[in-house]
Amino acid sequence: MSSRDCIKDMFLGDVRKVDELIKCSCQKGDIVEIDATSLKHKELNDLMREYFLKGAEKIVVRNVVGHRYIGTRLNISNPNPNPKKIQIDIYGTAGNDLGAFLKGHRMVIHGNAQDGVGNTMDDGEIIIEGRAGDVVAMSMRGGEIYIRDSVGYRTAIHMKEYEGKVPTLVIGGTAQDFFGEYMAGGRVILLGLNLEDGEKHVAHYIGTGMHGGTLYIRGAVEEYQFGREVGIVDLEKEDWKILEGKIKKYSEYFGCNADEILSGKFIKVVPVSKRPYGKIYAY
Amino acid sequence: MFTHQLPDFIVERREDKCIKCRVCERQCAFEGHEYDEELDRMFTHEEKCVGCQRCAVFCPTNALVIRAHPAEYRANANWTKEKLLDLKKQAETGGVVLTGSGNDKGYRIYWDHMVLNASQVTNPSIDPLREPMELRTFLGKKPDALEFDINGDDIEMVTELTPNVMIETPIVFSAMSYGAISYQAFKSLAIASHEYGTLFNTGEGGLPMELRKYGKNAIVQCASGRFGVDADYLNSSAAIEIKIGQGAKPGIGGHLPGEKVSVMISSCRMIPEGTDALSPAPQHDIYSIEDLSMLIYALKEATNYEKPVSVKIAAVHNAPAIASGMVRAGADIIALDGLRGGTGAAPKIIRDNVGIPIEMAIAAVDRRLREEGIRNKCSILCAGGFRNSADVLKAVILGVDAVYIGTPALIAMGCTLCQKCYTGKCNWGICTQDPYLSKRLNPEIASQRLVNLLRGWSLEIKEMLGGMGINAIESVRGNREHLRGVALEDWELDVLGIKGAGEV
Repeated sequence: MSSRDCIKDMFLGDVRKVDELIKCSCQKGDIVEIDATSLKHKELNDLMREYFLKGAEKIVVRNVVGHRYIGTRLNISNPNPNPKKIQIDIYGTAGNDLGAFLKGHRMVIHGNAQDGVGNTMDDGEIIIEGRAGDVVAMSMRGGEIYIRDSVGYRTAIHMKEYEGKVPTLVIGGTAQDFFGEYMAGGRVILLGLNLEDGEKHVAHYIGTGMHGGTLYIRGAVEEYQFGREVGIVDLEKEDWKILEGKIKKYSEYFGCNADEILSGKFIKVVPVSKRPYGKIYAY
Repeated sequence: MFTHQLPDFIVERREDKCIKCRVCERQCAFEGHEYDEELDRMFTHEEKCVGCQRCAVFCPTNALVIRAHPAEYRANANWTKEKLLDLKKQAETGGVVLTGSGNDKGYRIYWDHMVLNASQVTNPSIDPLREPMELRTFLGKKPDALEFDINGDDIEMVTELTPNVMIETPIVFSAMSYGAISYQAFKSLAIASHEYGTLFNTGEGGLPMELRKYGKNAIVQCASGRFGVDADYLNSSAAIEIKIGQGAKPGIGGHLPGEKVSVMISSCRMIPEGTDALSPAPQHDIYSIEDLSMLIYALKEATNYEKPVSVKIAAVHNAPAIASGMVRAGADIIALDGLRGGTGAAPKIIRDNVGIPIEMAIAAVDRRLREEGIRNKCSILCAGGFRNSADVLKAVILGVDAVYIGTPALIAMGCTLCQKCYTGKCNWGICTQDPYLSKRLNPEIASQRLVNLLRGWSLEIKEMLGGMGINAIESVRGNREHLRGVALEDWELDVLGIKGAGEV
């Protein structure tokens, strides 16, 4: 056997045609249910795209076991000023790059998610009733993500905002290192609800290289946990307004008491400069 | 601080020819010329001259001569003038020395040590003026074999082909972003590739909406900053390129200074206005081949598997093993950028010292992929230091599918390699965001110069191919019998996989 035969394409190898997959789904009016048990990554996304193009309003996927890129292919090649937005319900564990490049859909995950949630997400909403892995919301530039529990490393790296689009990420638990690194815009709210009284958040290098956007952190965090490019400032009226809105939504989604959360101590972390590395060069 | 720098250039104004029209003063964004009304005299500030020759070209009476400044320190083979001046600059600023364009150091240029073959007597050469000569190239994954269903006269291909992009010549324009170069220069590249039937590369700065009509000629980049990347951008393209590294600055990211992030650039890159556009050194979702695979397929998912995905790396020591991993991760095109690759801004120390020559990288990667039996699973694109059509043909013979040209395209538009791209004051209107300067470049004219360049090089390649008795570029790809080395050591011949001149 040559080495050529050893390469099996983990995505495209043995992928069945959509016609053969229809049996894994059933449609009731505008609502489609898919059983992902026997489906490969691409097969699930092929099937979801098929129903999306046929006009489904809601897609429910059951038995998701790490299927990747859910929601990524639900766009149409021709740019449409008002793209169709649908609701997607996922039961199980969503795989890597959930909602990568997402363009406006609403996704509810009844379970956990793996790495790369909302990678370069453009618009829409992702709600995770559980925890998420590393690189959540990397380069996200629009829409909202709500995560009930904690997230992994490198969260909200290079998140950005422009022309009135301000992405929001709300995390109920805590985050690991490099939280908000290189952030260029948007709002990240870290609630620390799983921390005991007086227990610190665990992340180091918070906001390293940050040059835009805002981090709101509830719960204890020491100065040495921050990167050199950020400063801590007091919350103003505007900030509380933002927090109230987002935390109310969080509480609604996950059944908590918003007032109780809001009564905690918050800090606001902002970049010191829009140009953190402007002075390192010899012109 | 009082500067110890010496001027780089001497500006000679021949007073008998100068008519004091002040064209030179207006043309120089570095403020190298000045008119004194009281004295009715033109003055020059030599220390500001970057040697771009703009004033000399535009002087209506040819009164200006710009040449290297003759000032010398005591001769020293170890401490050259350049090293002294760089060190003094750092002593004055405490910063990283910046530079623009490609590595200008004296590393061996292997193109100049390889010679092409031609047909004599035993096989006839072909005259490209009279006979068809094929330069058309397809970029993307090719199947291992083709299977057909044959029922009498009815023949149908069973094998499903993966997306490929067709180009009319094995030359495409390198990644140069809108932001690094001016809108006018960017648009010129788009128009020229559309006209000639080849590709330009958006770099990592997005593709402005009004230029999306050139999308079918665009390789759109997805880099660590993810500037301007959304589903529409990806779907508007001919192919997508994940930028891991760049030949001029392997292993480091890029900083587009906030003052260049105008309203238009902010909108195109989808970032806040006036904020530094920072490209982190790594892509933070890619720490392994498996992670790379994840992004490759995320991009394929976002484009419904309709576009080939390229992965671009800087040519480094273990490029062959990395390339093998890239192919196995699902890359349809592998782009290699060599030691002499250009840039709009890079730390000089990195540009001049990191990476390997592209000639070696091409030969080593092509060999590795052939040995592993996976060469057909990707096309190879290469960049970094191509100066003429012979370099392109030699690269194809060493195994690449097509060549990226950046610096040649800039030179065609007016660039004179003054290496001051990072100042944003390009007098030729190419590497600047200053509207006063960038409007000097007319996209209609600049694109014509680019089309002429592609046409000229393509004709020359056809002539050389014809001379070899070959009528299709496909037939010389990886065909090393057509190259011989001159004045190379054994190990160099070995890596290149070619014989020495005179060896048969």
